[in-house]
Amino acid sequence: MSEAVIKCEAVYKIFGENAKKMLQDSNGNVDAKTFQKNGCIVGVNNASFEVAKGEMLVVMGLSGSGKSTLLRCISRLTDATDGKIFIEGQDLLNLNNKELIELRRNKMGMVFQSFALLPHKTVVENIAFPLQIKGIKTEESINKAMEMVKLVGLDGRENYFPRELSGGQQQRVGIARSLAVEPDIWFLDEPFSALDPLIRKEMQDEFLRLQEKLQKTIMFITHDFDEALKLADRIAIMKDGIIEQLDTPANIVLNPATEYVRKFTEEVPREKVLLIEDVMDGSISNNLGDVKVSKDEIIENVAEKILTQEKSVAVINENNKTVGSINPTKIINTVFGGRKNRK
Amino acid sequence: MEFLKKYPKIFQWLFLLIVFFALCFAIDVPETYKFIRGQAEFVKDPNQSSYIFLGKEVRYYAFDVFWRLPPLLGWLPIWINDSLFFLMNEWMPMEFWNEDTQEFKTRPLVLQISRNLTAFMTFLIELIREILLGGLETIVAFTSWDWIDANPWAELPGLPWTIVAAGFAILAYKLSGIGLALFAGLTMVYISIFGQWKPSMQTLSFILVAAPLSFIFGLSLGIAAYKSKRVEKALYPILLVMQTMPQYAVLVPALVLFGVGDHAAVIITMVVAVPPMILLTLLGLRAIPPEVIEAGRMSGCNNWQLMSKVLIPTARRDILIGVNQVIMVCFSMAVISAFIGAKGLGFNLLLALNQLNIGLALEAGLCISLIAILLDKMSLAWANKQVDYFGNLNFFQRNKNLLFFSITVIIGILLAYFGSVYFKGGYNYLFEVPHNKGISTADFWNKGVDWIFDTFFVYIKAFNTWLIQEVLQPMRALYLRMPAVATLVLVVGAGYLIGGIRSALVVCGLTLFIALSPWWDRALVTAYMATFGVIVSCIIGFTVGTLCFQNKHSAKFMLGVCDIFQTFPSFVYLIPVMMLFGITDTSVLIAVIVYATIPATRYTIEGLRSVPAGLHDAATMSGVNKFQRLTKIEFPLAFPHMMLGINQTIVFALFMVIIGAFIGTEDLGQYILKALSDKNGAGIGLTLGICVAFIGLIFDNLIRTWVEKRKKHLGIA
Repeated sequence: MSEAVIKCEAVYKIFGENAKKMLQDSNGNVDAKTFQKNGCIVGVNNASFEVAKGEMLVVMGLSGSGKSTLLRCISRLTDATDGKIFIEGQDLLNLNNKELIELRRNKMGMVFQSFALLPHKTVVENIAFPLQIKGIKTEESINKAMEMVKLVGLDGRENYFPRELSGGQQQRVGIARSLAVEPDIWFLDEPFSALDPLIRKEMQDEFLRLQEKLQKTIMFITHDFDEALKLADRIAIMKDGIIEQLDTPANIVLNPATEYVRKFTEEVPREKVLLIEDVMDGSISNNLGDVKVSKDEIIENVAEKILTQEKSVAVINENNKTVGSINPTKIINTVFGGRKNRK
Repeated sequence: MEFLKKYPKIFQWLFLLIVFFALCFAIDVPETYKFIRGQAEFVKDPNQSSYIFLGKEVRYYAFDVFWRLPPLLGWLPIWINDSLFFLMNEWMPMEFWNEDTQEFKTRPLVLQISRNLTAFMTFLIELIREILLGGLETIVAFTSWDWIDANPWAELPGLPWTIVAAGFAILAYKLSGIGLALFAGLTMVYISIFGQWKPSMQTLSFILVAAPLSFIFGLSLGIAAYKSKRVEKALYPILLVMQTMPQYAVLVPALVLFGVGDHAAVIITMVVAVPPMILLTLLGLRAIPPEVIEAGRMSGCNNWQLMSKVLIPTARRDILIGVNQVIMVCFSMAVISAFIGAKGLGFNLLLALNQLNIGLALEAGLCISLIAILLDKMSLAWANKQVDYFGNLNFFQRNKNLLFFSITVIIGILLAYFGSVYFKGGYNYLFEVPHNKGISTADFWNKGVDWIFDTFFVYIKAFNTWLIQEVLQPMRALYLRMPAVATLVLVVGAGYLIGGIRSALVVCGLTLFIALSPWWDRALVTAYMATFGVIVSCIIGFTVGTLCFQNKHSAKFMLGVCDIFQTFPSFVYLIPVMMLFGITDTSVLIAVIVYATIPATRYTIEGLRSVPAGLHDAATMSGVNKFQRLTKIEFPLAFPHMMLGINQTIVFALFMVIIGAFIGTEDLGQYILKALSDKNGAGIGLTLGICVAFIGLIFDNLIRTWVEKRKKHLGIA
């Protein structure tokens, strides 16, 4: 991984009047229950992680798990109670108001669950808004906004008001607005949660297409584990303000760190998440058939190909070199086995 | 007993009523008691008791304390008066530089501030007025009288009415389109050819100063309250009282502080118009979803940008209602402030009403209402205006409105010049149609009134007599028959049953203030008139609202009608009722009913509308018929919102009852009107105003508390 764009060190966010003092007294060992007794609510509890350039970190958790609070600490919409946050090496919590505004105007974009569009502005005005706030001339900002309108596929609707658009279209505006200033860091707070399933899937695909093109550093919040698996480079699973596990989707499915995480992974169709690489046998046997599969394929896509073979199948890397093998029984075990508690 | 256990509230209410009536019957009317009329309070009578507090002597007729409480607050009006006098004339004398005499002069601070404020307001009003009508005060303000004598050409000539009318039409076109432009043009032409030009422009200049100032003050104070809890807490009680205070009552203290004239009227108008603006600004800002604010922050807004580009535009729905209110209040005050010498349509209207010239009053009233509607629509259109970024416009298209206006100015001036030649010696109708020299339909209306009177006199009289003898007099007698203690028990008990101890205490305090003031009897009369008005208004409003709700179009139509009626200044309502019923209590009550039916109707429709569509469908699928759906589903759910309508209805009714004093009633309003011409009226006017406000607040507190509980209970809070 290259240098960290976002870096958190022991970040705490505790709501309540004497949160700061209680945190100091507890020496970093925060217990949510004792805090709650004293009228404090723990939002984020000792979060430390890094997000590399161009990486997509998905923060997953149920409502009240502190995932949105964590995002708001990193965008400094709320001030963290304690800890250090670095954005491209700048100490976020030490920025003064002016520097913070500069940072947001140039480096950050954010998409909201309820879209948060300005009701009195048209689509194109909404998208041009961050540009105009920066002081860019009206004509120039409108031109730039029109590019964005095309990027998210809303051409022809630029003069509509948000209230005249469907949910999916409104979120496209939200996405376009957050991208208008060409930020390096992109925050998405449950962007697709308010949409119905079909539109959600469509938007997820669209989002992946955009990310392929733009390669932003992303923090993506969701309560939908499937969505997290589909989009993430790495997933952070949060519960009661604590990051329970932070790992790649495959590792989370294969090696859940805690009972809580395991519950989530139980129902996950592994063939849709795991790559051949994750389950292959690293030793290269000589008794291989003619069929070869790439190590970066998702199991689901090549399962049929493998299962129709009797012998093990060779796994190759991008240079067509055999790096391992995989036996059809292994596929069957992965898909159907290893789920003890499944009823 | 089962029943009582199931509905304990009913038992409690019954108990309260029993106690109330028991008290009423237990306490006899003292033999010496009589309702005190006219100036009797000022007569020194050996039967009176008296006490001295803070050096002020208070005289009163003493009764059994259970029957009427002694006026322990009788010193308050006199004390307020003396304090005001002290503030104005004696407190903090300071040296001020006097421009005219070129020397320092000693003056009390408050007097100086009031004078400076006055001068500033006068300048603003004169500036607009002279652009519209011509004059030289503005030029003099920048130069001197000597200079203007030497250079008579510098006097502002005023704009010919054709230019102003065309200007309004073009502006309306730019803001909204051809419809509003037509309306604006026709309004202006009507005003001009009916000879109301000068007073209309005087009123307009008054409004164009008062409304924007009120808007700016209200908005900034609203923002301040939004940003700081402390400011909000400090403002809130004042806002509450001001919301229910009759506009009349503020006139008197203003008279003392700022003297007589348009400037005082502007300041008063601001005092009355700012509170609703503050409340609505606050309401709008509070309702903004937090994500929108975060979106603004993440777009890199600084505080100023966040407020001006995100918060205020997002809250503009409520802010616009605030603007609408400001305009309403301004026009209302434009009429009322004629009492303290503001010029314009209001003055003509009052004069005509005084002379019982209904026709003239009608014309003036129509002018005010038309201008009110016009300004209201224009402000709305302005706020909703959209920018077109993609139209590829050439120079002519971009500036066509400006070009048109320039052409109109030239044509207008030419026409005026042509008129001055054509109408040589007479009035130049193309420059300004002088007052009462235009077309007038006054005679027609007056004849119509006479005809109605001649034809229907018997019926109207019979109705009038019946209403007064059979309904109003008994009701009034009943109200006056209530012993003070019984009333107190009833009100406080209701407060306790509805909102617990807190509500009971608030209501008790408010009632005690009125009971301890010297005007309890009159407050009862005010309350009786308001009650009658409210009951009838609510019946009409609920019925009309429910009927109109049955059909989407009629509902929309009715809301539109309510909008327009609400824009009429309250005084205008007195004109038609005086036409029909002459100078009686009936007239006042009918005006009250008409005026107060507006909110009752509006809230009924809105309440019924707010019932979720899902419930509607669920009810239909359960097989209810239309009537059942109305009684079982829609009414219970809409009722809390409808109660808020009753709340508004009470406030509107109280306002109108007080204004009705102009026709002649025997309540608090009569005294407020009297205080206007009283040397020591300021304290009396203010205290009376507070009394009226408190009557409103008692009901406001009870209803609001009930509504909040009910909404929580129904889960629609």
